[in-house]
Amino acid sequence: MSGTHADEPSVLQHHFDNLGQQFEASTLGMWLFLVTEILFFGGLFTAYMVYRMAYPEAFAEASHHLNIVLGGANTAVLIGSSLTMAMAVYAAQRGQRERQVVFLVLTMVLGMVFLGVKSVEYSHKFAEGLIPGPNFRFEGDAIHSQLFFSLYFVMTGLHALHMIIGIGIMAVLTMMAWKGRYTARYHTPVEVSGLYWHFVDIVWIFLFPLLYLIDRHGAVR
Amino acid sequence: MDTAVTPHANYLTDGYTLKSWLLTRDHKRIGLLYLISVTAFFVLGAVFAAIIRAELLTPAGDLVASDTYNRLFTMHGVVMVFFFLIPAIPSVLGNFLVPIMIGAKDLAFPRLNLLSWYLYTFGGFFTLWALVAGGVDTGWTFYTPYSSAFSNSNVALVVVGIFINGFSSILTGLNFVVTIHKMRAPGMTWFRMPLFIWAHYATALIMVLGTPVIAITLVMVAAERLLGLGIFDPKLGGDPVLFQHLFWFYSHPAVYIMILPAMGIMSELVAAFSRKAIFGYSFVAFSSLAIAVFGFLVWGHHMFVSSESVYSAMAFSLLSFLVAIPSAVKVFNWSATMYKGSISFEAPMMYVFGFVGLFLIGGLTGLFLAAIAVDVHVTDTYFVVAHFHYIMVGGTIMMFMGGLHFWWPKITGKLYNEFWAKVAAATIFFGFNLTFFPQFIVGYLGMPRRYHAYPPEFQLWNILSTAGATVLAVGYAMPALYFAHSLLRGQPAPSNPWGAKGLEWETTSPPPTHNFDTPPVVTEPPYNYAK
Amino acid sequence: MVNHVTHAESAAGGADPAVHLVPLRVYLAVFTALMVLTALTVWAATVDLGPFNTVVALGIACTKAVLVVLFFMHVRYSTTLTWAVVAGGFFWLLLLLLMTLSDYVTRGPGWLHFG
Repeated sequence: MSGTHADEPSVLQHHFDNLGQQFEASTLGMWLFLVTEILFFGGLFTAYMVYRMAYPEAFAEASHHLNIVLGGANTAVLIGSSLTMAMAVYAAQRGQRERQVVFLVLTMVLGMVFLGVKSVEYSHKFAEGLIPGPNFRFEGDAIHSQLFFSLYFVMTGLHALHMIIGIGIMAVLTMMAWKGRYTARYHTPVEVSGLYWHFVDIVWIFLFPLLYLIDRHGAVR
Repeated sequence: MDTAVTPHANYLTDGYTLKSWLLTRDHKRIGLLYLISVTAFFVLGAVFAAIIRAELLTPAGDLVASDTYNRLFTMHGVVMVFFFLIPAIPSVLGNFLVPIMIGAKDLAFPRLNLLSWYLYTFGGFFTLWALVAGGVDTGWTFYTPYSSAFSNSNVALVVVGIFINGFSSILTGLNFVVTIHKMRAPGMTWFRMPLFIWAHYATALIMVLGTPVIAITLVMVAAERLLGLGIFDPKLGGDPVLFQHLFWFYSHPAVYIMILPAMGIMSELVAAFSRKAIFGYSFVAFSSLAIAVFGFLVWGHHMFVSSESVYSAMAFSLLSFLVAIPSAVKVFNWSATMYKGSISFEAPMMYVFGFVGLFLIGGLTGLFLAAIAVDVHVTDTYFVVAHFHYIMVGGTIMMFMGGLHFWWPKITGKLYNEFWAKVAAATIFFGFNLTFFPQFIVGYLGMPRRYHAYPPEFQLWNILSTAGATVLAVGYAMPALYFAHSLLRGQPAPSNPWGAKGLEWETTSPPPTHNFDTPPVVTEPPYNYAK
Repeated sequence: MVNHVTHAESAAGGADPAVHLVPLRVYLAVFTALMVLTALTVWAATVDLGPFNTVVALGIACTKAVLVVLFFMHVRYSTTLTWAVVAGGFFWLLLLLLMTLSDYVTRGPGWLHFG
């Protein structure tokens, strides 16, 4: 395997004994951070759970205003981006500079597609008067459906914010990968960022059925 | 034991510029940066307490308007809880000692550690901004719908400040967990680690698991205030009690973030000043983990009168009794350690004795509160206020002081004046009890908390309490003076002025930047004092 | 070869991190499974299963999450400590959800109509 010994000492931080310890520490650190993210989103899921159980009809009605096609497509896009991310890590593990870059770019592109579709959905909601607040209009249970939409916007908004940060991280990784910084011996940032990206995908995996797929067997919208 | 050393290269001499401090990655320097910040916030919180106690000298609300009083006790709580009690021991003593005690060169993520301090400072800035803009009047507990929909005060600013500060806490916890798992020196097995480390490990778990929940809860409050996205709004069918569930899911474990590190210090001090290994080491170690876990299961005891279900209340009540058990185990073990030990009464040990008694009272009164029937009577009275001040001030702050004194020679390379330290410890103990014991009485008699006026029959107890607070303030001011003197004119400290066991005592005072001149290899059990 | 583990000595001394190369066919299989499960969950929502709709939806979501965690996030090939951290995180979320729910569920009739 190639790899210049000239820059080897620079990837090992001085307080670690060896790269193995450093890699294990970084991975454990990222997993602990993801645990905090589980609990962070978890508070919102708790609120969602309580209110959906309290107002099942209002939540179902409100959910029918969400577009399954766009939501489903976005789910597929994110799953695809997880695949490309895994491929990017694979390429990094094998020290393949160009393939790393290609897959990181693909991951970013898919992430941006997701955000694009999301903004289209948000604009629809705005046009339909479904933003909670004084301009909210809803035929049906206008009071409790606002709870649904408050949660919808906070949950998907927070998720989108995490996507934006993730794309930013991918951009930095792409630049560093392009410069050949990640080799088979040292590619910890790629692995660790991959963990973050997959986690954001997992959040969506739960958001999609909970928000979009309530009671779709009645009158289909 | 060791002769005094002449000044040598150490972490304090490793760069004198402001940049070398503000951009440091050295966990020891970061610990000192935190010491400066938490002390500043402590003083601020104490000023609010002073005004509160001054107001409560008389039954009439005649010093400040009731709206101002609301802001005072809120800011006192916010500053003390989030910007002093939660970070103080872990971010000052934990940061300094965790790597050294396990034989590492630094924490796992030094840059994240520095970021933690900046986040703390940045969060503090938002809170100060809110203060200057007029403060917040919701109580540090931010109950909805008042905080989310009705209060005219600077709620959004403060919750942003607490949110940012929460990330400081999360990163510190993350750093500790990874460091303790991955960076122990050769031979430093889990059961050779000082109990200070076990305590900080358990604390770090709580920081990681609990803090995110209050973070998202505050986001929801801010979203409701700033964007009109009502999640707790009763007009939309929202449930204010849901806020309480989410808030207390963190805020109860948060009190264990405050006490566990103090218990860690207790173990170190008891062993050192009894010159004896801690009795039942593994029991104490596992009890730290048990407290961390059980601490997450009891939050509903803050909601007995908030309309939570009575069955849920019973479950939370039972669990609250159970969580006392591991704490009791520790107290028994510390006592058994002291039995037939060779006890000396230096200032740190005086704080130890203070802690034992005060934590006992605080803990036992916690059991009173865990009994639903009693709680219905005393909730929202000064009984509760006294209970938590016994634990937080009588417990946590006692140990912060004890630990500061014990490790002062190691941190600064200087000795402090032992006579004045003893005087301060005694003053603090006396002042503390005079301040807070009357509050148990007046609370039980029915005086509500968070009121600036009260019926005249409670005045005697309030006068006693304010007198005590004055003595307490003097007691806290003394260390400021003799520590400053120690820095300027103190005798140089040897590596091990106490003759204590532990890796931190096997390096110089102050330690070199990389902690050890030669990386240690551990072969002895912990607290290996000669019989 | 399923797992390719390399340990090389570095100039800095000590062991290099072990590299677990998950074969590409595993990634593609997981991707396909995730897409199929997504289609399945959409279809299941259109079928009236009564209260089981939610169970099915959550069950499918959990399955998808487990696949991502085990294979894309390499937990299948990771240390026990990593497993413990992941399990602990999800378990703690469950604690939050279930204990909060235990209040609402035991409040008696008319418990959640507070608006």
